[in-house]
Amino acid sequence: MNKKTILDRVFQQKVTLLFVLLCLGGILASGQPVTFVAGELFTRAARNSFLVLSLIIPVVTGMGLNFGIVIGAMAAQVALFLTTCWGFGGIGGFLLTALLTTPLAALLGWLVGKLFNRIKGSEMIGGLVLGYFADGFYQLLFLFVFGGVIPMGGPNAGRLLLSTGVGVKNTIDLTGTVKYALDTVPMLAIAEAAFYLTAAGAALSAILKLWKRQPVDWKKTGAVLAGAAALYALTFLPAAERFLRADRLLLLWAVEGAVLTVLLWQGGGLAWRRLVRKEPAGWRRPLALCAAALAVYAATYLPAVYEVLVHVRLPVMTWLCIGALCLFNRALMNTRLGQNMRTVGRSRVAAGAAGLDVDRIRVTAMVISTVLAGWGQLIFLQNVGTFSTYGAHTQVGQFAIAALLVGGASVRRAASGQAILGVLLFHTLFIVAPLAGRELFGNAMIGEYFRVFVSFGVIALALAMHAWEKRPRPGAEGEETPAREGEAPA
Amino acid sequence: MGEKAKGALRRAGLPRVIILGFFLLLLAAAGALGMDLGQLLGDMLRRWGMYGVLALAMVPAVQCGIGLNFGISLGIVGGLLGGLAVIELEVAKSPALLAAGARLLGEEKGPLLAQWAAVLAAILMGAALAAGIGWLYGLLLNRVKGSEMTVTTYVGFSIIAFMNIVWTVLPFQSGELIFPNAGQGMRNTISLASSFSQVMNRTLAFSIGPVAVPTGLLLFFFLCCLLVWLFLRSRTGAAMGAAGQNPAFARASGIRVGRMRLLGTTLSTVLAAVGILVYAQGYGFMQLYNGPMQMGFTSVAAVLIGGATPRRAGISHVLIGTFLFQGILTLGLPVANLFIPGSNLSEVMRLIISNGIILYALTQTGGGGRE
Amino acid sequence: MEERYALRMEGISKEYAGHRVLKGVTLRVRPGEIHALMGENGAGKSTLMNILFGMPVIHATGGFEGRIELDGRPVSIDTPQKAMELGIGMVHQEFMLIPGFTVTENIKVGRELSRPNLMSRLLGPSLETLDLDAMARDARRALDAIGLAVREDALVEGMPVGYLQFIEIAREIDKAGVRLLVFDEPTAVLTEGEAERLLSVMKSIAARGVAIIFITHRLDEVMAAADSLTVLRDGELAARRAVRDTSPVEIAELMIGRRVEKLVEEREDNRALSDRDIAVSLEDFRVEMPGERVRGVDLAIRRGEILGIGGLAGQGKLGITNGILGLYPASGRVAAEGRPLDLKKPGEALGRGMAFVSEDRRGVGLLLEESIQENIVFSARQVNGDFLRRVGWMSFCDSPGARAHAREMVKALDIRCTGVGQAAGSLSGGNQQKVCLARALTLRPRVLFVSEPTRGIDIGAKKLVLEKLVQLNREEGVTVVVVSSELAELRSVCDRIAIVSEGRISRILSPGDSDAEFGLAMSGPGKGGEGRG
Repeated sequence: MNKKTILDRVFQQKVTLLFVLLCLGGILASGQPVTFVAGELFTRAARNSFLVLSLIIPVVTGMGLNFGIVIGAMAAQVALFLTTCWGFGGIGGFLLTALLTTPLAALLGWLVGKLFNRIKGSEMIGGLVLGYFADGFYQLLFLFVFGGVIPMGGPNAGRLLLSTGVGVKNTIDLTGTVKYALDTVPMLAIAEAAFYLTAAGAALSAILKLWKRQPVDWKKTGAVLAGAAALYALTFLPAAERFLRADRLLLLWAVEGAVLTVLLWQGGGLAWRRLVRKEPAGWRRPLALCAAALAVYAATYLPAVYEVLVHVRLPVMTWLCIGALCLFNRALMNTRLGQNMRTVGRSRVAAGAAGLDVDRIRVTAMVISTVLAGWGQLIFLQNVGTFSTYGAHTQVGQFAIAALLVGGASVRRAASGQAILGVLLFHTLFIVAPLAGRELFGNAMIGEYFRVFVSFGVIALALAMHAWEKRPRPGAEGEETPAREGEAPA
Repeated sequence: MGEKAKGALRRAGLPRVIILGFFLLLLAAAGALGMDLGQLLGDMLRRWGMYGVLALAMVPAVQCGIGLNFGISLGIVGGLLGGLAVIELEVAKSPALLAAGARLLGEEKGPLLAQWAAVLAAILMGAALAAGIGWLYGLLLNRVKGSEMTVTTYVGFSIIAFMNIVWTVLPFQSGELIFPNAGQGMRNTISLASSFSQVMNRTLAFSIGPVAVPTGLLLFFFLCCLLVWLFLRSRTGAAMGAAGQNPAFARASGIRVGRMRLLGTTLSTVLAAVGILVYAQGYGFMQLYNGPMQMGFTSVAAVLIGGATPRRAGISHVLIGTFLFQGILTLGLPVANLFIPGSNLSEVMRLIISNGIILYALTQTGGGGRE
Repeated sequence: MEERYALRMEGISKEYAGHRVLKGVTLRVRPGEIHALMGENGAGKSTLMNILFGMPVIHATGGFEGRIELDGRPVSIDTPQKAMELGIGMVHQEFMLIPGFTVTENIKVGRELSRPNLMSRLLGPSLETLDLDAMARDARRALDAIGLAVREDALVEGMPVGYLQFIEIAREIDKAGVRLLVFDEPTAVLTEGEAERLLSVMKSIAARGVAIIFITHRLDEVMAAADSLTVLRDGELAARRAVRDTSPVEIAELMIGRRVEKLVEEREDNRALSDRDIAVSLEDFRVEMPGERVRGVDLAIRRGEILGIGGLAGQGKLGITNGILGLYPASGRVAAEGRPLDLKKPGEALGRGMAFVSEDRRGVGLLLEESIQENIVFSARQVNGDFLRRVGWMSFCDSPGARAHAREMVKALDIRCTGVGQAAGSLSGGNQQKVCLARALTLRPRVLFVSEPTRGIDIGAKKLVLEKLVQLNREEGVTVVVVSSELAELRSVCDRIAIVSEGRISRILSPGDSDAEFGLAMSGPGKGGEGRG
């Protein structure tokens, strides 16, 4: 790589770099201990990452930044209101709410997709306006329908409705119902659920194959089941059981676990391919990754880093959900549907010429994104523990999109890594901006306003740059179809 | 005849027919419920004038080809700065002007002269600032052709957020402007009682029975409309219209399309600055911070209700659309309150109507559809 | 005796809004044969191919008459998907490739290979996992078949144009059961070496039994690669020939055809044209007009003449006029009345006494939503400051003056309308064209450029427009430059006809020259004059 391309790459990541600098400056100016910032940051990242990740599929499908995720958030809040009203709580209540959110968000997502197909090229402004439009109906629902048109029953109805019995109060408190429902699932329960899910999956797969009269690889099924059972058996060891009973994981252990996984996976994979299968596998990448993992591990011995790592505790289940969504996004791109989405995203014309049903694929993308956004909003709300009935959803789209862009994504490209990086940077700024504002200008509001400005500004910048690149350039042939033979008179 | 009616319906668009029907329904309901229609009509006239110039700002923007200008917040910021400067300089309290006013108009109406001087000074300053901002804004929009609406919306939001920071640090001194008790920065809402509150509304105002007619306000609004109308009929205005409607055609007639877009954008921004001051004087307060956030949407919705499209907007669309939209909001509030007291159903209605009509307009144009 | 054909299209007729563009055309292609489909612009080639591919534009406009047989079995093709399933493939002129995808992804687009998994068994085949290895193998096989040594996992982005064409071909032959391939002017964007490679690839594909329809206008390529050819003319079958039985000159004559219709009356001609009295001169003139690039034209337009510019679509004839009028970036030296013209300045040509009627009536020529009156006076008002009334320092439009003038024009050009206030967009094509002409005349030009003056308008309007051009030239001494794809109309009104090919003037002919000369000049400078560049 020569000097110019390095500079180019750096330049392409200018937004991210600018944010890194802003965050560093903000942390220094705020005068807060790093442990405090890190603690706050991981709490916020756990809340928000899922929502930001829900934006990726529409970007890949060429529909730009999905301002319509606000609608998924509304669906989640409707479901959450209902289950809270009926008095469901705990992880069971949370799962019920998610179950209720899914069809609602899917239906709304389908409608949004239909609308977006009618305004191709203006999905972003359309999504924004649609968010406000839907907000009107949402308010109508919560102000007049709940308790008014539809009488609300349930143990908590009295606590949630206004004293007149019509309309919902401004704030909904989730304490005692689904607050921390997901965050507090113990690792032991996760391990148990994982075992049963794996077993069920293996069995289901075998049954389906039998059903369709396909050969079943009994050896493989058996191996999977045995492996799962063995791992599950390990959890009955007293030491393991004691460790797994917790619902939080020290960041230090998470980092160590990740380092170990990378070493085993990359090193083992390399050895497998080179020594066992004797394939000409490239060894640079695995080795570089292993070296990086070791460097990260070494860094944990730095006192400052160590202090942070033993200070922060991660809610395991929430982070597993985030990880699962990253994997889902990745796995989806490896399917036929994912590849079709990428094709539509790159060129609707070429996709149509290849016989793909462009409109249907776009609607599918919107349905998936809206449902994911609904779940994301649930994860967010269960962690916060209380929400403003009429305001909790309004800025979901704006902040999620700004975070994604900060991570280096653009209107046409986005990946899970960018989403996570963006969340970390964006929320660092969110945490330190008011504090830095107070330290520097003696006015916390300046920092407060600054972070709002930044979130709008980042979006405006990304949109402007996208529009700029989209402009056809003189001399670029093939962009516009030249006047063809005039056989069909107008 | 049925065919004709269908054709008319198609031309007007179903949502507009629904909105008109809704307006008539509200009017009938208000009448049937025994409300003071005269007072309501007066309210409508007042709001018509107040919001009219802001909606008028859409006309040059659409005509020059940048489409619906959600970014009028830039002009609004210019207008607000003009207003602040006038209060800071205490133009309305200038002894010389007060004395002159008293001599010309008599004791009672004397302050009007000074207040007019204040509001006009604010408009001039605001317009000058907005012209500069609008020019820069136009330069940006010439680089994002085809995606103006998306970009203008977020540039508009960004400028509001940016000004939030500026409002907290601007070195104004007047006690009417900054937070009391050694607070920092400008107040959220600035009273115009001692400067130019209601000055246009009160000028030449009269009442026909219960209907209060804000003559000065309406005259000023109509004057602005007339000026824009004349401009559109000038050589430059016609060139601008052609540049917006068909850039290729305009270029083939030797018109510099980029320059015309710049002109239209600047004009739109300047009108927004004038518009916010007209609005502020009628309201009696200037709202800083997030106050003007939704102004763009309200104005866009008004011209669309009047029959404009993202490609074509005229003075008649402004007049009709603003009247209908504000009429519904005026009537909606008391009628809704009768059904459900204390609710903000009116706000819900505003959200649904204004954003619904914008969505409808987007589906009609296919959103430009360029890939 | 019945011969075996891969494709038979028999008695194909098609009407667009009462305008017959195909009249009982027959096209027969044998398996393993390269069959050239030739014809001037507007001869009906595209419509015929649109019918073959079941394009929506055909069925949205009332379908077609005639029947199609594939391998002897009658088929009905009503969607492009159906055509694809039947094994008909198309190598597009504009590449349908996705730059950010690899070669494999592009070859297998929409036809990915995949393996079932648990989710796909539950939720449907669209969730099957991609089998990237198998896809790569297929792509390799297709690339090897056409001898393209590009890596199948390389990104298409940044590849030379020639490669893109070959990747398109690889995609088509990768499709299972492909038996008929259409190449739509495949060599238009290729260098000479690439074009030769392409022809040999076509031959090797044909040798595998695939029938090929080869749309081109280059006679040398037809002679070199094709086995047989069909020539269309004015929507009719002009001839079907085996290549070994014909010659380039005969093909050229078949394409042009002798037309008898007389478009303009003879009138008195007392002009004195001279090679020294030049109205507009072009030297090394280049225009970056997409699809109509001009690559270096030298031309002197004599004062008082009617000059025709002809040539096939995409060769650059439209670029010349659009470039002079400053609608597309142009370079080179242009002088009017001996003084150089600033090509960068918009409106420069208009200000120097030139006017232009665009070929793109609805796109460039008209403000569709404005009235006829506004359309007629607009340019004169902006350029010459006519139809204005000054009030103080501002100029306002002079509506009464404009209306009077527009009424005059409506009468003079016989524009059929309800009044000068009617919106231009609601007029018929011929009347729209007259409005465009009226606007140009209102500018009172000394030189008038007219692009495709009769495209898509009926015969009556056609005659009137051409008559008017001749009248302007003879009675008012206006120099007229007519750009047209219709050779017949150029030959009936012009003094000289410059034929453009590949962005250059290949020859300047007189209207009386033979069909063969015109045909050869249009089919590329390779046979007509200078070499291809």
